[in-house]
Amino acid sequence: MKVLVGVKRVIDYNVKVRVKSDNTDVDLSNTKMAINPFCEIAVEEAIRLKEAGVATEVIAVSVGTSASQEQLRTAMALGADRAILVESEDGAEPLNVAKAFAKIMEQEEVGLVILGKQSIDSDNNQVGQMLAALTKRPQGTFASKVAVDGNSVSVTREIDGGLRTVKLELPAIVTTDLRLNEPRFAKLPDIMKAKRKPLETKTFADLGVEAKQHIQLDKVEAPAARQGGVKVGSVDELIQKLKDEAKVI
Amino acid sequence: MATLLIAEHNGTELAPATLSALTAAQQIGSDITVLVAGAEAKAAADAAAQCAGVSKVLLAEGDSLAHDLAENLSELVLSLAGDYSHVVAPSNSVSKDAMPRVAALLDVGQLSDITAVLSDAQFQRPIYAGNAIATVTSKDATKVITVRAAAFDKAAATGGSAAVETVSAPAANAASAWVADELSESERPELTAAERIVSGGRGVGSAENFALVEALADKLGAAVGASRAAVDSGFVANDLQVGQTGKIVAPSLYMAFGISGAIQHLAGMKDSKVIVAVNKDEEAPIFQVADYGLVGDLFDVLPELTEKL
Ligand SMILES: Cc1cc2nc3c(=O)[nH]c(=O)nc-3n(C[C@H](O)[C@H](O)[C@H](O)COP(=O)(O)OP(=O)(O)OC[C@H]3O[C@@H](n4cnc5c(N)ncnc54)[C@H](O)[C@@H]3O)c2cc1C
Repeated sequence: MKVLVGVKRVIDYNVKVRVKSDNTDVDLSNTKMAINPFCEIAVEEAIRLKEAGVATEVIAVSVGTSASQEQLRTAMALGADRAILVESEDGAEPLNVAKAFAKIMEQEEVGLVILGKQSIDSDNNQVGQMLAALTKRPQGTFASKVAVDGNSVSVTREIDGGLRTVKLELPAIVTTDLRLNEPRFAKLPDIMKAKRKPLETKTFADLGVEAKQHIQLDKVEAPAARQGGVKVGSVDELIQKLKDEAKVI
Repeated sequence: MATLLIAEHNGTELAPATLSALTAAQQIGSDITVLVAGAEAKAAADAAAQCAGVSKVLLAEGDSLAHDLAENLSELVLSLAGDYSHVVAPSNSVSKDAMPRVAALLDVGQLSDITAVLSDAQFQRPIYAGNAIATVTSKDATKVITVRAAAFDKAAATGGSAAVETVSAPAANAASAWVADELSESERPELTAAERIVSGGRGVGSAENFALVEALADKLGAAVGASRAAVDSGFVANDLQVGQTGKIVAPSLYMAFGISGAIQHLAGMKDSKVIVAVNKDEEAPIFQVADYGLVGDLFDVLPELTEKL
């Protein structure tokens, strides 16, 4: 079974983003970029499925600018067998990304797709669900456990009230939550080897996808800053402030 | 212009988030239909009919709608969506699962987690863990929207008298089946609905020590929350995680014990009215958002607070 994983290039999660002074977007110049943490978890899960003999091949796919090759190489250093870059402008919309994945899923006859549940830049949480709808396949979102068994996969999902397990017929789409696994680090020899693994570049047009604009970005602003607070010296002072000043207890 | 609002409910009552999403729907337009879907949801539909500003309630009941399977719920919403310009739901683990499917099947984009309605097509939503606020305009005929409940006041649950109409449940998708739930049982208030929250982080150290956090929460009638580190370490269940990728909360009082204040945690609680932070590291970033900071050992502070309140 082939497993497809999504890899998105995003700002490193430790970096606090700045808004451009003209409010057109955020400023990512000279910013450290990385694989979206949820995508890293997706790559790790796919590699574990290959190590367990469940997956025969792991294909990493990114939709983004040519700079995303860096993250695809990282995914291959971690263990993905090959990669496909669907070249697009920065900030491709989730529906267009899902359409590109749907085409690749069909062309490659994929058994399982594992994507991150959200990317930490746009915070949309949409692509996996959209892909499942477009391909008319079942979905297991926000997964904290994935177990493939023959023609189906059991997915334990993190939901608002706790955990829920669903059973899906393959092919299926899974999106990862934080506790699915702990991703490994790439080793130097593997980083060297990854340079020779195949990385194919395609466009939306190659895939027969018309990338439409659905949502227009008008403006990006910094959030209202919180007023700085005070330090209190004791529990008594804290209680007094909460009672008399903040009036919340 | 008409809005279909998908209710969050437990079969008998509407979740408070539904009332917040109703406020957002009212800001979009005045013709609002509420869809209440579930295995059994008559009582919740009756509650929706009482809400101010609701013109109609659609009740869909059936086995295929038990356990909130997105494959079935999205089919139901899709079958109704043709009559509406806006399809809106409070942001929660059910709508996050199902609404993007609805959007894709309608061939439209989705606006996730809106925090402000500027017009019937223009909205604000946080990006980058809330470190930037985007103003966006939907170009689509149908606007599929999830609403961040913490950003909107709750609409009145009374004053309305809408008619309840029954619609049929969709056929169950054969490729997706519910197996089991492992739900957290708690007498405490639900995190996203709570007026007060007491949260613990890695600094709390263990599941046993979390009893100190719980004791203060109980004294205050508060919900218990946690950082990702506390959840990953197994101190508490996953559904207590507050943050960018957990629950987004904005209570009147948020108290953080042994939480450093990573970007991802702040994303989930920095809109709380009053924030208290207790941390032994005076440089901890949590103090930058705290109204009241106390530098100290939580193992001293927590018992003293619980006793003196
Ligand atoms: C993709 C992604 C998503 C994430 N999503 C979330 C999310 O939704 N929510 C979230 O919370 N995190 C999230 N994180 C994790 C986040 O980056 C931090 O790692 C996490 O919030 C840290 O938790 P913490 O503050 O409890 O632990 P730490 O950062 O380890 O801080 C522990 C704090 O406790 C203090 N302390 C220790 N002992 C004591 C004591 N005895 N008394 C007082 N203070 C003490 C220390 O000084 C320290 O400040 C996410 C990370 C990623 C990569």
